Amino acid sequence: MHSNISEVSELPAAPPPFTLRLHHWVTTVDHKRLGVLYVLYALVFLVVGGIEASIMRLQLIRPHNDFVSPQVFNRMFTMHGTTMIFFMAMPMLFGFANYLVPLMVGARDMAFPRLNAFSFWMTALGGLLLYFSFLGGNGLYGAGGAPDVGWFAYAPLTAKTFSVGHSTDFWILSLLVSGIGSIGFAINTIATILCMRCPGMTMGKMPLFAWMNLVMAGLVILAVSPLSAAQIMLLIDRYLGGHFFDTQAGGSAVIWMHFFWVFGHPEVYVLVLPAFGFASEIIPVFSRKAIFGYSVMVMATVAIGFISMSVWAHHMFTVGMSPGANTFFVISTMAIAVPTGIKIFNWLATMWGGKIHLAAPMLFCIAFLFQFLIAGLTGITLAAAPFDWQLGNSYYVVAHFHYVIVGGIVFTIFGAFYYWFPKVTGKMYHETLAKLHFWLFLIGFHLTFDFMHVPGLLGMPRRIYTYEPGRGWDLWNLIVTIGVFFQAAGILAFVANLVWSWLRGKVAGNDPWDAWTLEWSTSSPPPVYNYAVVPTVLSRRPLWDLKHPEDPDWRYE
Amino acid sequence: MRRSLEFVRRICILSVCAAMPVLAQARVDSRLPTNIFAPASTPAEAIFGLSIFVLLTVAGIFIVVFALLAYAVVRFRSRPGDDHSEPAQIYGSDRVELSWTVIPVLIVITLFLASARVIASVQGAVPPPGALEVTVIGHQYWWEYRYPELHIVTANELHVPVSDRAHPTPTFLTLLSADTDHSFWVPRLAGKTDLIPNHPNHTWIDPYEPGVFLGQCAQYCGTQHAKMLLRVYVQPPAEFERWVHEQEQPAQSAAPSTGQRVFESTACVNCHTVSGTPAKGRFGPDLTHLMSRDTIAAGAAPNTPSMLRLWIRNPDAIKPGSKMPAMGLSDQDVEAVASYLETLR
Repeated sequence: MHSNISEVSELPAAPPPFTLRLHHWVTTVDHKRLGVLYVLYALVFLVVGGIEASIMRLQLIRPHNDFVSPQVFNRMFTMHGTTMIFFMAMPMLFGFANYLVPLMVGARDMAFPRLNAFSFWMTALGGLLLYFSFLGGNGLYGAGGAPDVGWFAYAPLTAKTFSVGHSTDFWILSLLVSGIGSIGFAINTIATILCMRCPGMTMGKMPLFAWMNLVMAGLVILAVSPLSAAQIMLLIDRYLGGHFFDTQAGGSAVIWMHFFWVFGHPEVYVLVLPAFGFASEIIPVFSRKAIFGYSVMVMATVAIGFISMSVWAHHMFTVGMSPGANTFFVISTMAIAVPTGIKIFNWLATMWGGKIHLAAPMLFCIAFLFQFLIAGLTGITLAAAPFDWQLGNSYYVVAHFHYVIVGGIVFTIFGAFYYWFPKVTGKMYHETLAKLHFWLFLIGFHLTFDFMHVPGLLGMPRRIYTYEPGRGWDLWNLIVTIGVFFQAAGILAFVANLVWSWLRGKVAGNDPWDAWTLEWSTSSPPPVYNYAVVPTVLSRRPLWDLKHPEDPDWRYE
Repeated sequence: MRRSLEFVRRICILSVCAAMPVLAQARVDSRLPTNIFAPASTPAEAIFGLSIFVLLTVAGIFIVVFALLAYAVVRFRSRPGDDHSEPAQIYGSDRVELSWTVIPVLIVITLFLASARVIASVQGAVPPPGALEVTVIGHQYWWEYRYPELHIVTANELHVPVSDRAHPTPTFLTLLSADTDHSFWVPRLAGKTDLIPNHPNHTWIDPYEPGVFLGQCAQYCGTQHAKMLLRVYVQPPAEFERWVHEQEQPAQSAAPSTGQRVFESTACVNCHTVSGTPAKGRFGPDLTHLMSRDTIAAGAAPNTPSMLRLWIRNPDAIKPGSKMPAMGLSDQDVEAVASYLETLR
């Protein structure tokens, strides 16, 4: 790269360094740069989606509030859901996988670097298409017309009759395009993990993070494909006179639900498996112990992958399925609690008897364990179909899945940020600011999402822009909204920490955590080629073996 | 199978007894009109029993696992004076793994059997002789109720007879939709069931006590999903009979007023029905007995003279995005139409 810069700068009309740097970022096929691009892109959408959520919470701070109109509110929850799932959580986790998986398996890049770049830019284009709907939905005259059909866009609300203009079309296209990016990423990840491992790294010696991303990538292919198929059918309905979901012409609204949730539920595991991966790397290092029950963790991950494909209709307990179907989806859904429980117990056993260092990454993982436990248990209450007849589509469900996605996934993402920040930037983050971020976000999270369960139990449905007083919902909604301010303050501390540490942070060194996986053996940040010499490993913790030649892991595995 | 179900039933009863203090607390809150823990009908009560059993089970699991986590963090955290040696490395234990696989499996099977039993009892109910049949049709953003045996059509306020536990007179609802998906949810009477176009659904209620039970649409159905409110009037048999008798009457046939002429010569009649008159529209609520209802605009406003006039003049003032257009009537015409509607008792 240095040679490139000197060559170009000798030219008479040399572009300024900034555009050149930009050019390098835009045309890069390096897995690390693409990983960083994914993560930065996702951070932008984290803030955008957060603003949309705040608008909703301000509207709901008291009954009969008129902060925004029903039309704006409905667009906000549609955009918030779509953004956070498809353009925050997925790119964020893909970014981390992109950066870390090749490093962890001792490879010099992903299997298909150009496909990797293509996948990122497709995802990026998807996000732009979604937000272009604000301008293009109804044309400039009706600007602001983002989709308002909800993030699962139940038919027939998406039919031409009920959704005029183009906002739903932009929603369809954005998911279709980003879906192509997701599938490209998944194929790439599977190929990298299966074919690019360094000498000595059998499947049974891979870091758990790689295992969980392998299963996640498999789920992406299985789950995103039916979603893309459904989007194409919906486009056919809207433009070519098809009647798949157009109930006024005899189509089926229920078929759309099946298509959507056969994507939608595995999607939860697409998001949570990488989060499990973060926890499985961070908890052992900060407990100073090897992961407890590695092979059981792998089996549990694969089991979750399989079972997650057979639970989708638990989102449909209220659509009038037969008692037999309802019963089947109760047992399949509850069954997934077993491998998930095994994981929680294994993380606990990893901490047991260790020396737990309460640095920011570990704090976020401990909070994750606590919150994911609750999220799993409220999940069991929802899996009991009759209970779901009351709880489904109420604020209890909203609280439950935010517990999974924020309390579980976002907390581990923050943990992962702090854990790998020194590797990616070469600088150490500011520990006090990180702890401030942790406590602010923890308080905000619990104020918002603990108390959000209550109005659901008291009969408050989701997706209502206003509510009636006198139902016992007012106080809870006020508390929930107050929590948002704490969360926003936490995010502010987080972004400030990233920027400040990147510019001013102390030099971190190659291995600040005294960790054990391969990425800590190369420089921080790693060179373009990752490893000057492709490493050879003997155990699951190659750096432990190096640091403890008297007691290496390969004696026990 | 039957024995295990019996076992589960006993566990349910036992746990509900154990939960009596919690339960009593929940009962107190029956002042809250949409509390799912204050059931007043068999389906809601069956769900309530199951929900207490499930909540107690998961609460038990939470306490155990949380205690272990809290203990681990406090007991095994590194302290300032620690040496830098590494703790003993333990790679796993098959016996321990087996125990935390088998115990959750047993818990899951128990919860599954308890759920399966309630699914069968609620979904498998057969209408007894004397059950009332009502067809509920969801519209953007209001409810249409048709009583096929009684030839009554009304809107937004469902009237049903109270049901005696010894001689139940339940109401069986057939759920249809005229446009998008909706969901019928009156938490104190039953769980929710969706109204989906081309996909008739069924649910039932047998309220034990008279009163007004509230709920609202629970499946996002468009702009005014929030103000698609539900009111169920549970009445003693005699009172219900009286209501039926009133609803069976055609509209009052006094001499046509100015208001009626305005009503019948504007687009009002395209959407609304007033039986025995040329108004035969079905897009909006049937107005034949409008004045017998407590609310207008699907529960969004009380049925008072001033609200009725505001609603006719500018529906968006009460329910922005509702399907009723502002007809642009003069103040005189609004007054005349409102006066006419006020005769529809």
